[in-house]
Amino acid sequence: MSGPASISRLTLPDPKRDHIQGLIEAPIALVEYGDYECPYCGEAYSIIKAIQERLGGRLCFAFRNFPLVNSHPHAQHAAEAAEAAGAQGKFWEMHDLLFENQDALDDEDLAQYAAALKLDARRLIDEVLAGAHTARVREDFRSGARGGVNGTPTFFINGVRYEGPPDAGALLTAFADALNQTL
Amino acid sequence: MAKPTTQNHNGTALPAGTPAPDFSLHSTPDQAVKLSEFRGQPVVLAFYPADWSPVCGDQMALYNEMLGEFQSLGAELLGISVDGSWCHAAFSRDRKLHFPLLADFEPKGEVARLYGVYRQSEGVCERALFVIDADGIIHWSYVSPVGVNPGADGILSALEELQNQPEVK
Repeated sequence: MSGPASISRLTLPDPKRDHIQGLIEAPIALVEYGDYECPYCGEAYSIIKAIQERLGGRLCFAFRNFPLVNSHPHAQHAAEAAEAAGAQGKFWEMHDLLFENQDALDDEDLAQYAAALKLDARRLIDEVLAGAHTARVREDFRSGARGGVNGTPTFFINGVRYEGPPDAGALLTAFADALNQTL
Repeated sequence: MAKPTTQNHNGTALPAGTPAPDFSLHSTPDQAVKLSEFRGQPVVLAFYPADWSPVCGDQMALYNEMLGEFQSLGAELLGISVDGSWCHAAFSRDRKLHFPLLADFEPKGEVARLYGVYRQSEGVCERALFVIDADGIIHWSYVSPVGVNPGADGILSALEELQNQPEVK
């Protein structure tokens, strides 16, 4: 069985494949496994924004896809749309729009968001419908399954699964514990 | 051969290396599933306390999403609780589950007792996982604290060990 070392490597931001905000050298690495149609991930989205503002350069944040497609019929295409936007250089812009519009995630909505972001909406939707990013989303999902993700959102702080509630205060306390200093 | 492993917090669950007791339980009001029918492929038995309690929902929903991973490792997944088959049918429909839920309903908890994972005081199963190999031997077992979703990584590791294990017949 894989030891803790390999698990933590799996759940640290990987600059070669992950979408990352902040510097990889930052002392706190936060990885989220999330689903664009999950209401708890929607709540976590604004909490992460607040935490990023508070911590600035001390935080490196990576988002990986963990769509629960049986519960959330739009989650897979939404995840692939974010990846498709990433292929045009605007992953985070699409990520934000999706979380800000969780109740409007059908394919037409996705095309509209692409147009709003001045992306090639036709290309984005074609890629989603052709499954161009399906494997990538699946790879995220599989890494989560192996890393101990047991629902969404699941966070890893410096490679270790965070067990507390997804609120800003508790996350900041956990960061402080991880760094062994107050923030 | 990979060493079979067992971790459990209650200490009564059948350990790795034990033959998995055979059983036949209803998966729907008019269909039964017999464990020995799956001989020749690994089986994941996921005992859980109750259909509608929140953590179970998440756990079964997670396994539902991971069916493709389990199947690619050749395994069949069976959920088991003491709920009746009509309750399972409603729960399964509500959560769009694509694997059987077995009703350990009459005599209540009999199969859970056979595997050492029945909670007498509450009248429900432990949250317990068993990975059974193609010959019907328990390869890995794990009992999680009842309120904690054990996730799927332990199951995946156990199934991969089975797949990488050389034939010893």
